Amino acid sequence: MTDPVTPLTPGTAQPPADDPADGLAASAAPGTARTRPGRASSSGARRVHRPAGQGARSSVLPGTLFLLALVGAPLVIVVAYSFMSRGMFGVGVAGPFSVDSYVRLLFDTQLDGSKIFDPRYIGVFWQSIWLAALTTVCCAVLAFPMAVWMATRSPRTRALLVFAVTIPFWTNTLVRTYAWVLILNDNGPVSGLLGTPIGLLYTPFATAVGLVYVSLPFMILPVYSSAEKFDFRLAEAAYDLGARRLTILRRVVYPAVRPGLVAGVVLVFIPSLGAFLQPQLLGGGKSLMIGNLIEQQFGASRNWPLGSAVAVALLVLTLLTLMGFALAGRRGGQKVSLM
Amino acid sequence: MNRTRRVDLRRFPAFATVSVLLLVFLYLPLLVVVVYAFNTGRIATIWEGFSLHWFGDVVANADIRNATLTSLQVAAVATVCSVVLAIGIALGLAALRRTARGAVMLVAGAPLVLPEIVLAVATLAMFAFLDVPLGMTTVTLAHIAFCVPFALLPIRARLADMDQRVFEAAADLGASPWRVFRRVTLPLLAPGIVAGALMAFIVSLDDFLITFFVAGPGTTTLPIYIYGMLRVGITPAVNALSTLILLVSLLVLAAAYFAGRKRG
Amino acid sequence: MVSKHRLLPLTALLGAGVLALAACGGGSTGAAASGSDSGSSAGGSAAFPAKGSGELNLYNWTDYISPDLLKRFESETGIKVHLDTFESNEGLLAKLQAGGTGYDVIVPSDYMVQQMVQLGLLQEIDTDTFPNGKNIQPEFKDVYFDQGRKFTAPYMHGTTGIAVDEAKVGGKVTSWAEFFNPPAGASGNMGILNDSNEVVAAALRAVGAKPCSETPADYQKVQALLSGVKGKLKVISSDGQIDRMTSGETTLAMMWNGAFHRASVKNKGITWVYPSEGLPLWQDNFAVPKGARNVDNAKIFINWMLDPKNAAEATNFVGYANAVTGSDAYMDKDLAKDPAITPPADKAALAQPVPPCSQTALDLYDKVWTDFKS
Repeated sequence: MTDPVTPLTPGTAQPPADDPADGLAASAAPGTARTRPGRASSSGARRVHRPAGQGARSSVLPGTLFLLALVGAPLVIVVAYSFMSRGMFGVGVAGPFSVDSYVRLLFDTQLDGSKIFDPRYIGVFWQSIWLAALTTVCCAVLAFPMAVWMATRSPRTRALLVFAVTIPFWTNTLVRTYAWVLILNDNGPVSGLLGTPIGLLYTPFATAVGLVYVSLPFMILPVYSSAEKFDFRLAEAAYDLGARRLTILRRVVYPAVRPGLVAGVVLVFIPSLGAFLQPQLLGGGKSLMIGNLIEQQFGASRNWPLGSAVAVALLVLTLLTLMGFALAGRRGGQKVSLM
Repeated sequence: MNRTRRVDLRRFPAFATVSVLLLVFLYLPLLVVVVYAFNTGRIATIWEGFSLHWFGDVVANADIRNATLTSLQVAAVATVCSVVLAIGIALGLAALRRTARGAVMLVAGAPLVLPEIVLAVATLAMFAFLDVPLGMTTVTLAHIAFCVPFALLPIRARLADMDQRVFEAAADLGASPWRVFRRVTLPLLAPGIVAGALMAFIVSLDDFLITFFVAGPGTTTLPIYIYGMLRVGITPAVNALSTLILLVSLLVLAAAYFAGRKRG
Repeated sequence: MVSKHRLLPLTALLGAGVLALAACGGGSTGAAASGSDSGSSAGGSAAFPAKGSGELNLYNWTDYISPDLLKRFESETGIKVHLDTFESNEGLLAKLQAGGTGYDVIVPSDYMVQQMVQLGLLQEIDTDTFPNGKNIQPEFKDVYFDQGRKFTAPYMHGTTGIAVDEAKVGGKVTSWAEFFNPPAGASGNMGILNDSNEVVAAALRAVGAKPCSETPADYQKVQALLSGVKGKLKVISSDGQIDRMTSGETTLAMMWNGAFHRASVKNKGITWVYPSEGLPLWQDNFAVPKGARNVDNAKIFINWMLDPKNAAEATNFVGYANAVTGSDAYMDKDLAKDPAITPPADKAALAQPVPPCSQTALDLYDKVWTDFKS
């Protein structure tokens, strides 16, 4: 995502220039965050500089066209729908260009046709941003010590720990969310331990716990892959030179794992922002998030233009987040990649 | 990488504590799911005694069997197709110029960074726009789309690790491009392909939201079925089914892990 | 006799079909009750499919048909049933309109049937001509949403009222107004349906307005009422009501009467309330959408469900009353005794069907609903 500007932080191996768009693809999968050996050899003067055996340029076509049809075109349609109005009895979108759906996100039309500011949809956005931010912060605060701790184990233990963090990540999301329904409900183990039900399930708290739980591996793994490259003797050295612990963390360790943290923030924040299952199952349908609002408009309310407008707004938020991500990477002067 | 990483962070003992607690946090909920699967009573969290009968119920349930088969079928097709498309993208990418490469990566990476709900309603809107009836076709197409980037990641990583000179050598020795692909590229790429296929498969099996929107009659996948069960109530049947799913994913992952380690 | 009490309010379901009722009131109903035999005899109509094979895609409400009953249907007819579920009428309509058109049998409620017919989403199946079509109770033949049962067959009917555990709540609840301003003990333990149609209509009743009101001022009051009760709610969900009421997770809930019945079997502490402002009487129906792939199987299924024994078994599972003559004989006795299922004479008139709302009203519904949910 970022142009790799030079200064090398201690221990971070910097690959040479890389695809600008790489960062757009995100994964928390361990081992894929590998740096790439230089591709200098292929920069020959041939117009079709094709490393033998690697296939022709045209081999990207089927995949790219397929994704354009199944991802690109749908997005265009949603954007178009958001500028139409609702057909009779829902679903059918109709009519000429109209910004009504966007206006409706902000203003309520009174009986006399006047419009007054209407906080209800903005409230949903605010609630989602706030919950997603809370989730991200919790994940970062928890993942940082764990990733650093993991990185200081022996290689064998490290591999095992990475595997241990990966397992929940690969187990069914629905099942993992359901687990918290079991734990938090009034007859569940938490209430049992406390002796009295305190109404934990069906609260924003439960939603947040569920979001943190399903997102945590997305934070731990990228932070770890940064921390793994860090030479912890530098921390030791700093300590020997008399630096205080917090100073070491702040000045030595943190800069080293920052690329991972930034990647983790994006990987946690964006999915949390559009979460559907956790607010639905754990929030008890009371704390609507953007994802639920979109589902409601495409589902029961059958107002596709409004649902599309909300989806477009979420898309804009996503892009802003990604731009922030790019900016953070540039400012840090490090190679930050989601991939 | 240096090998004297043994430096324990004795300066930060709290880090170890946090890590252990986090591991507990990651696994305890799964354990709770498993434990309550053995509950006799009908409401999962009110313990009424030990029993295996929910497992029997789950195994005997034809709907669950069907949902499992549907899930496996969708995942299998989605895996094969997405891996093929991903191999094409991975191989072709290197031959593209910088801008084109960026554009292709943008398209290929989109399903990963877009919020799932947006992808879900967008896909639905398109199928509705084209008047395609919802069903197996729509579900499978949608799955292929979001599986491509997951398949692409390991394949690309593997390709990047390979020594390009091998291909040049093969070509210099007179092998046709197709022969190079079949006899050199593919075998060398195999670990990446296997990893990519595994990722695509699991991601497809896991998906709820997109399937939920583009599903039609007879396309009830396992997550959709579980969601339906949850709506009725939290019975140990859900736990039993979840436990079986956990067990299977654990076995697959363990197999992949050990297979990976053997290969080094 | 169960049906006598139950049917009192149901005459209202006739709605626009009052005249038709008068016409068929003297019709032959006595013969229907006796001697109705099991499903697949081809006695009724020559066009009726004799024997099925292959599959049937049933799109039904969550937890709304006995799995054992479906199993028996499969073994008796050789038709394999695939069951998918939805949470609300609006959710069902959304799925159909979005292209989920291959379902063979769907289960819309009264007003939704009318809407679907207007939208041209349903096939004419002429339930009357089914061998078991004669079993439909006469009161259910000419309903306002489907005169002469051209498109649908009745499944269950019931009411949406209030379930309360008075001991735990610490007081009585007798009306929607009291439900939305509950005794202190209910705070934090209330359940409400995840259904804009039901909730907003109940709130409209509570503020003294009528369901489907088009007066914005009413909705101001509704919004205030709903935001006041929001903090006292445990959950907004139509699913899992039974478990939550059984286990005491909720002590005061807006509920369907059949769900209440099933919860009350295990939790004796709860009682059913007919709110004094009135409550909706709804009726769910089997229908065959256009685009159904197995129309013959759909007909066989609907006919099979109109058999008294099968209808009774369905009722015994879900706890709602059906509209099939002769099914009383097979029904659980405690269903008849439960005042939630069989309204006492003084309460029966409170339950009235609610006709479909206008788009104006629906937009207002959606507004307060989104506000309530967020």
